[in-house]
Amino acid sequence: MRPVIKTDKLTKRFGAFVAANELTFEVEKGEIFGFLGANGAGKTTAMRMLCGLLMPSSGKATIAGFDVYTQTDQIKRRIGYMSQKFSLYDDLTVTENIRFYGGIYGMEIKEIKAKTLELLAELQLEKEAKTLVRDLPLGWKQKLAFSVSLVHSPDIVFLDEPTGGVDPVTRRQFWDLIYHAADKGVTVFVTTHYMDEAEYCNRVSIMVDGVIAALDSPAKLKKKYGYDNIEDVFYELARKAKRSE
Amino acid sequence: MKTLFFLLEKEFKQLMRNKGVIRTLFIMPAVQLILMPMAADYSVKNIHIAVVDNDHSTYSQKLINKIKSSGYFTLTGYAPSYKEALVLVEQDKADLTLHIPAGFERTLVRENTEKIYVAINAISGTKASLGGAYLTSIMQDFNNQIRLQWLHGTPDNTPQVTVAPYYWYNPFMDYHLYMVPGILVTLITALAAMQSAFNIVAEKESGTIEQINVTPIKKHIFIIGKLLPFLVLATLVFTMGLILARVIYGIVPLGSLVTLYLSLIMYLFAMLGLGLLISTYSNTQMQAMSLAFFFINIFNMLSGVFTSIDSMPLWAQYIVETFPPSHFIKIMRMVVLKGSGLGDITYHLAAMFVIGLVFNTWAVLNYSKRS
Amino acid sequence: MKQLLVFIRKEFLQVFRDRKTLLMLFGLPIAQIVLFGFALSTEIKDSKIVVVDYAKDETSTQIITKIAGSRYFDVQQSLQSTAQLEAAFKKGIIKMAVVFPANFSKDLLHTNHATIQIIADASDPNTATTITNYITNIINTYNVQLANAAGQPLQIVPEVQMLYNPELKGAPNFVPGVMALVLMLVCTMMTSVTIVKEKELGTMEILLVSPFKPIYIIFSKLVPNLIISIVNLFIILILSSVFLDLQVKGSLLLLVFATTLFIVTSLSVGLLLSIGAKTQQAAMTSSLMGMMLPTMLLTGFLFPIENMPWLLQVLANLVPSRWFFIIVKRVMLEGLGFAAVWKEILILVAMCAFLLTISLRSFKIRLQ
Repeated sequence: MRPVIKTDKLTKRFGAFVAANELTFEVEKGEIFGFLGANGAGKTTAMRMLCGLLMPSSGKATIAGFDVYTQTDQIKRRIGYMSQKFSLYDDLTVTENIRFYGGIYGMEIKEIKAKTLELLAELQLEKEAKTLVRDLPLGWKQKLAFSVSLVHSPDIVFLDEPTGGVDPVTRRQFWDLIYHAADKGVTVFVTTHYMDEAEYCNRVSIMVDGVIAALDSPAKLKKKYGYDNIEDVFYELARKAKRSE
Repeated sequence: MKTLFFLLEKEFKQLMRNKGVIRTLFIMPAVQLILMPMAADYSVKNIHIAVVDNDHSTYSQKLINKIKSSGYFTLTGYAPSYKEALVLVEQDKADLTLHIPAGFERTLVRENTEKIYVAINAISGTKASLGGAYLTSIMQDFNNQIRLQWLHGTPDNTPQVTVAPYYWYNPFMDYHLYMVPGILVTLITALAAMQSAFNIVAEKESGTIEQINVTPIKKHIFIIGKLLPFLVLATLVFTMGLILARVIYGIVPLGSLVTLYLSLIMYLFAMLGLGLLISTYSNTQMQAMSLAFFFINIFNMLSGVFTSIDSMPLWAQYIVETFPPSHFIKIMRMVVLKGSGLGDITYHLAAMFVIGLVFNTWAVLNYSKRS
Repeated sequence: MKQLLVFIRKEFLQVFRDRKTLLMLFGLPIAQIVLFGFALSTEIKDSKIVVVDYAKDETSTQIITKIAGSRYFDVQQSLQSTAQLEAAFKKGIIKMAVVFPANFSKDLLHTNHATIQIIADASDPNTATTITNYITNIINTYNVQLANAAGQPLQIVPEVQMLYNPELKGAPNFVPGVMALVLMLVCTMMTSVTIVKEKELGTMEILLVSPFKPIYIIFSKLVPNLIISIVNLFIILILSSVFLDLQVKGSLLLLVFATTLFIVTSLSVGLLLSIGAKTQQAAMTSSLMGMMLPTMLLTGFLFPIENMPWLLQVLANLVPSRWFFIIVKRVMLEGLGFAAVWKEILILVAMCAFLLTISLRSFKIRLQ
């Protein structure tokens, strides 16, 4: 199978500071790929390069077969993105948000309408279709934001700390949505601070000081470092970090 | 193009949802356009004069009566001496003093010439120069009158040139005609430059711009989608302003509406460009407001609404030339009051276009989706 | 008390961390004082006019030379006929036309009386009146010359003296005006926006649940703005003294006292606005769009307030900058003392007390 995300020595420098150093990894189609690291380890920089928001300093990377240097437009059509900052318009209703994001991805109005019904049903938000997003509880907002990032059926979805500040029950439901998407063949690239979430991923990478310190399935990582949970593996690696925030 | 439709749809929905701001954006200009022109009236009527009459003669009485009945002056009171009259000026009770020296009439008759002393508080410039001019012309008139009497009613045998003024475009010297179009422009200025800047910065602040950046939306489509609603909004406010000017002040533009709206669009091209430029330099609404306030305040003071650009030193005139409002204010006054056509305002239109082009290009270069 | 200092420190840090806002806070008054001080003037001079001389004789040429020699006029090329006037007016390149009729000198010689036509572009009535007055004065002087040759009796000579501002510069009028305008608007805006921002971000709630009296929260918001504005006052005073040759003639202490009072009053206006506004945008819209023009016009430095209709005079009395403008004019430019401004100061004190009371009260209500 061809990898959906493929990077080769991808590097980003800000002046003398190397935020992300020679990242090399591949992510398969339909995989849930966890991206772990302490604050300032370079996660967000890496993710921004992959989304076409940040121009890499050197190295190679392709997303869905497109080059991050030259084909950002094609990349943007094939990815979804949900940032740690809440990304829906809170002065628009649920339906209006879906319609807007569907619209700017070039979907037909009919298509959007069908998709809207589908999403609302999936999220059980039919009754709130005309509610302003600002009046929704945070958990629902996050679930909605995730669904909206999938509205144009992207190949890959990037989730930047999607479950910050959400209660455990909702987090669980959120991960159900993620599994559901992955089952349908969407590749999920997710950063998180919750180590239990890391266990849900097919594979995880742990970044320390701008480099990938470890990359494997949670089970193999635990075995390799001799701990019985990812949290301890993470501490072991992160302790060695020289730079902090 | 289709993405633009969705972008516009979203912007208008958000705008319309913000009822409070929308209401303010219409009500505030309306109230100000109705009230403020009444405040901006240069016609000097109540010049307060303090009189020191040390002569108490027929002539001095006649002169004082003539001044009193001219309609321009209000007599604050008589002061026994110049010094005491000056106190009245210091207390702002009098704007100027007229001092008729003792023995005025006698000297005038005996020596054929005598002085009258006028002292003007020159801090408020307009009042000073106009008041002084009125007073001198009244005195001159008085001078001619007593001369005629002196010559025992015989026709004045000295040659005399008189001036017959004709006031075109505004024969009744109505100040509102001049001020209303200018004030309308300043109201549009604040709306266009400030609201567009806030709108974009608000999206930066809330983080939604991040989401937009990962979509395949084109930079220029996004910018057009952001600015177009304000073009529409400003055009609506402008139209409301024209209607109010007609209803309240009876001002009907002499020139064509097509010319006016064309100029408005050119003006908004420049001012929305400025708003965009401000937004690219601001990360928070506070910064956007600070920058917008800086420019709007300078524009309002220097663009010739309330003070004349022609009275400024040359270097300042060159600076003002780069302010879009100075051109639009001129255009408004020319088209509304004199019926100037497109041919007459080409220069100002072109100037606004060039300024707009600079602002917009600069803003687009500075607005980077990808650093 | 220690808590209060911690709070004020936080406010200061926030203000000073934002370079762009800081630039506006200090840059705006500097730029405006310098720009307005030098550029603004109400004196009308170098007005562009044309001459249409149908007479083309000695007398008309004499008068034209006199007009051209005046610093008030800038005579553009002469037109052949009045038919070209309309186009010139519409293009806005001339303000006035002076027309000498064909039989100008003949009339003067035979009937002792001749008339010059003045056609002024009265779309701007102020300029039209003023330049007509200038022309009339030039003609009157010419008449006196004619008369003297003929032995004119009873010559009254007006001796006009311009007090305080002999060169009729714009700066003495505009500096106090701009001072009042800028201080008022900046204080109002900064206060309302900083408070509403905390509301919007939700940090206000955190402050309100802290064991801290609401009055301290307000106080800590006001102090940095007060200090910044006082610094601004000194910047303005130094600039106008160095560049515009306007020194403080009266007591500096009195001026600083009055300014502080005025600033606190403006801060209270901002406080009041912040209570009504829910979003920063709403606060800015009302303080910037709602207040800029009225403050500009009703302070009285552009147009005399006593000329306005009574409604506007009443409104103007409610604008604090109107009273501050008078105080600055008297203390700074005319060098007068407390006796000359006590009434205005009293009015500001009353306004300040009133505004602070109602805004503090409504602030408390909001908490409950």
